[in-house]
Amino acid sequence: MCLAVPAKIIDKKDQMAVVEVNSIQRQVSLMLLPEAGIGDFVLIHAGFAIQAIDEEEATLTNQLLREMNGSA
Amino acid sequence: MPEHNNETKEMAQFLIREIDRLVTKPVRLMEVCGTHTVAIFRAGIRQLLPPQVDLVSGPGCPVCVTPDEYIDKAVAYARCEDVILTTFGDMLRVPGSTSSLGEVKATGADIRVVYSPLESLTIAAQNPHKKIIFLAVGFETTAPTAAATVLATKKQNLTNLFLLSSHKIVPPALKVLLADPAVNIDGFLLPGHVCAITGERPFDFLPETYHMPAVVAGFEPLEILRTIYRLARQIHDDQPTIENEYKRIVKPDGNPAARQILSEVYEPTDAVWRGIGMIPDSGLRMKEQYSAFDAQVVLPMVTKTIAKKTACRCGEVLRGIIKPTACQLFGKACVPEHPIGACMVSVEGSCAAWYKYGSGRYTYGT
Ligand code: SF4
Repeated sequence: MCLAVPAKIIDKKDQMAVVEVNSIQRQVSLMLLPEAGIGDFVLIHAGFAIQAIDEEEATLTNQLLREMNGSA
Repeated sequence: MPEHNNETKEMAQFLIREIDRLVTKPVRLMEVCGTHTVAIFRAGIRQLLPPQVDLVSGPGCPVCVTPDEYIDKAVAYARCEDVILTTFGDMLRVPGSTSSLGEVKATGADIRVVYSPLESLTIAAQNPHKKIIFLAVGFETTAPTAAATVLATKKQNLTNLFLLSSHKIVPPALKVLLADPAVNIDGFLLPGHVCAITGERPFDFLPETYHMPAVVAGFEPLEILRTIYRLARQIHDDQPTIENEYKRIVKPDGNPAARQILSEVYEPTDAVWRGIGMIPDSGLRMKEQYSAFDAQVVLPMVTKTIAKKTACRCGEVLRGIIKPTACQLFGKACVPEHPIGACMVSVEGSCAAWYKYGSGRYTYGT
């Protein structure tokens, strides 16, 4: 349940952001990470950005998730 | 281990050699987080480790530790005509004392699976004549998302969204495990995404009070191996401390904004963990000023939970005392399609993970 996925913020309006995860766009809340901005990589959990990450980490974790999903 | 470039492979080999060198007596290391349980199986880490290193799973699957009473209450709400229940998907199959939410849904109850608690807000706005009840379960990673949802509900002046809260916090449960001589743990792989919110400090008591090695772990195979290597080194040098192998996510202070929102809405309370019992201050309840959003206050519901007699050994599994395969129902009467205990329900439950990944590939340590 504590699974979280990395995503890149591509748009931001007030406390909502549009992020891209594996080229799918979805809306997430920035209430828990108000300082995040466009271009930032963030960790998404249950529709919220919960922590900031760097791009390198995003690639690494994504790779893990693909492996975990058996599609690597 | 999945294919990696040479550098990664060499690093993994190095770590395994080092772990083998450092661990001179049998050790039991506990991964607290259910996501780690799955990641460890996926990467085949158990097979890579020397036999004297035993990895055991702890109580880190929120769905698994949610007691029957909570499910029974949720079932009772779902049966009300004017209620729409919203929940994370893995709650549906958890057996309560009489029925699971999935079974109630099949008889026509309005139960909707959501990915985010915020979706409940949209449902509440679209259904002003219904009461929307969100099943708020999860650890420190998830609890702030529920708290933020309460604040958003208040801001939008919605009065028909309520939370049935059963959030839990990890450190008090670890204290209970450490006080139990049957548990017998030599080190902890700390839950990375819990620590992303809390930081490392709430786990300081492990080395300080219990002389217990602890390392914050990420979820990549190599990150997990690095974590085990650090634990091995701490054990070998007899110098327990907290180290962080997930630095790019876990800052020493965690996420202060998330914690602030959490403590605005919630306060600590005693909570019942399936298989462990009542643990003081291990749960979260909504503060009085937010009681208008608390299902248990606004829509009190009395249910009777009948204690079930089964041979399920979830309680021992959740404390790492036995491996799932030691349960006589495992893989026979109890399978993911027909779970007897909650540890077989969620993909992150120990029994489900062992059923899915463990059988036939691995025999040591059973
Ligand atoms: S295998 Fe099933 S019955 Fe046995 S401990 Fe696990 S959940 Fe309980």
